[in-house]
Amino acid sequence: MTTAMIETTRQIQYREALREAMSEEMRADKRVFLLGEEVAEYNGAYKISQGMLDEFGPKRIIDSPISENGFAGLGIAAAMHGLRPIIEFMSWSFSLVAADQILNNAPKMLYMSGGQWGCPIVFRGNDGAGGQLASTHSWCVEGLFANVPGMHMAIPSCPYDAKGLLKTAIRCNDPVFFLESERMLGDKGPVPEEEYTIPFGEAILRAEGDDCTLVSFGRPVNFCIEAMVELAKEEISCDVLDMRTIRPLDIDSIVRSVKKTGRLVVVDQSWPFASPATEVITQVCERAFDYLDHQPVRVNSDDVPTPYAKELEQAYLPHKGKIIEAVKSTLGLV
Amino acid sequence: MPIKVAYQATIEYMQILDEQGVLDADLARDTLTDDQVVMLYEHMSMCRRLDEIAFKLQRSGRLGTYPQNMGQEAIASVALAARKQDWMVPCYRENAALFLHGLPPEKILQHWMGDERGNQIPDGLNMLPMSIPIGTHMLHAAGIGWAAKLRGIDQVAFTFFGDGSTSEGDFHEACNFAGVMEAPVVFFCQNNGWAISTPRKKQTRAETFAQKGLAYGLKVRQVDGNDIFAIYKAAQEAIVDAKAGKPTLIETLTYRLGDHTTADDARRYRDSDELDAAKKKDPLIRVRKYLESKDLWSADLEDAMVERNKVKVDDIVARATNIEAPKTSDIFDAMFATTPPELARQRDTMHTHSLGQFPQQETLSNPTPHPAHA
Repeated sequence: MTTAMIETTRQIQYREALREAMSEEMRADKRVFLLGEEVAEYNGAYKISQGMLDEFGPKRIIDSPISENGFAGLGIAAAMHGLRPIIEFMSWSFSLVAADQILNNAPKMLYMSGGQWGCPIVFRGNDGAGGQLASTHSWCVEGLFANVPGMHMAIPSCPYDAKGLLKTAIRCNDPVFFLESERMLGDKGPVPEEEYTIPFGEAILRAEGDDCTLVSFGRPVNFCIEAMVELAKEEISCDVLDMRTIRPLDIDSIVRSVKKTGRLVVVDQSWPFASPATEVITQVCERAFDYLDHQPVRVNSDDVPTPYAKELEQAYLPHKGKIIEAVKSTLGLV
Repeated sequence: MPIKVAYQATIEYMQILDEQGVLDADLARDTLTDDQVVMLYEHMSMCRRLDEIAFKLQRSGRLGTYPQNMGQEAIASVALAARKQDWMVPCYRENAALFLHGLPPEKILQHWMGDERGNQIPDGLNMLPMSIPIGTHMLHAAGIGWAAKLRGIDQVAFTFFGDGSTSEGDFHEACNFAGVMEAPVVFFCQNNGWAISTPRKKQTRAETFAQKGLAYGLKVRQVDGNDIFAIYKAAQEAIVDAKAGKPTLIETLTYRLGDHTTADDARRYRDSDELDAAKKKDPLIRVRKYLESKDLWSADLEDAMVERNKVKVDDIVARATNIEAPKTSDIFDAMFATTPPELARQRDTMHTHSLGQFPQQETLSNPTPHPAHA
């Protein structure tokens, strides 16, 4: 588990942090390139790659036809040829048409080739709901994709982590699924000028408390922090663990915290069935069952397609109110 | 206002060596030498023998599944046209080309025997492991060619797939990318008439498979897929075009003389008349006739070759069989560049704990035994 972050007064947006990570790694390693829809001339559908075409040119910032399975497959081959591709999905929702390449090829290539052909590739893009994009464009793919062995899955909750984790992803020799959030792209946060990376598989403790362990991934970490602040007013204190990566999962940090608090609430934005929350709870039960003073509780999105209407969508997603209620339930207060 | 023709195209069909072993000398100029033809004949015959033995190995339980290549051996001449630096991105019915490009044949047997190490490609050989899902690897071929171009390396990617694959989206995406990216790629659609039990007429209403490439701006042609000269010439010309940023789709008209795989029985859905007609177009028969017509072959030479090929294939089988089996725990070792602790734990406890169970439960007290064990 990590607790220290480099202090800085510089505030930049989540999208700028992503851009800085890619640009710095591209300056350092000529093999790295970015391929995706509208990443070059249009500067990215979400302006993450703004200005990168000017700096790196069309051989390294590459516009693709609208063909997710196509450019995912091209990227995999380019990685096998010796390059280090970053593949941008405008949304992870669109990666579903690339399932054969990203699930059936990239994470299996090393295994299927008897350990010979690694696949150092980063698939990245917006994950998650909250922007009134309706059910087909609001996928939280972590529950579905994390089931597949052979890849790493990073899910940053703030600009600092977006940069540090993406740099690690680009340097990684295995496939990395990098889950960003459209809802956070404009969020500002402290990001130091100086070089840093964040290791995979090490959670960070965002807040410390004794009554309950709150575990989350990506955007909902911020809702956990909001809930933690509210709960503190009622003298209920929580450990808030931001897992940073879903695979590998830093279960040791979770177990350590649960042994202290005896209570566990896991918040993840995917659907409940076979979700990251399910996995965390299973592993805690396997490892520290005796330490639990209350059954673990999970806060997921409801088990229906993402609603389009604003109020319904907010009601469907994990949010502060649901998290507060979950924590209180573990304390016998509701 | 008169209606104009917006686009018009024709599909060329090329045959150089016909079913009777008669060669079109004009078209054959600057293609295969006599020595090459003799070598190809012996190689293709060896592949045919290996195919028969692999089938028997499967039937005797020594090999999991095997897709026979029988009837499609003429694809070998692509490897003669290809340069050493060029890539082969295969599916599973072009063994003859892979071996000639440098893949040790025992690797293929090792793979089908269930050892993933059979997919390891020897150093210095530009080839991807066989891709068994239909269509997947065409995108890799487009990507390999494109990556070579990005890196300024003179390489052409050859990929092979069946007629059925053209119904997959991957085919269309790969052709489109190769066209848009001007990638040095040569697509070989081996039209063997059947996709397992789905006949060609149920695969598409298009007159040719070659014409599908026109939609993506590729150069296209159709050749006799059982004709080593036509395949060689088409590949040779496609390399020149590929280097100039013009990918080619070549439809080879061939026939799958065997079953789809050892898990299939084509007699259930295929007329024996059709099979008998196809056997007359066998690529081996016509090459032998041609060589005999030029006094380059004889019954004695044939007998001697058959004996040599028996020994060669026996050696291949012996090499594949003698490879030490992998350890059960090896399945964990090729998952990541560095094996993460959680996976190492699963590996180390696979014989003592079921997957997912953590052996060190951290308990506050000794668990209460079940009354039955108390």
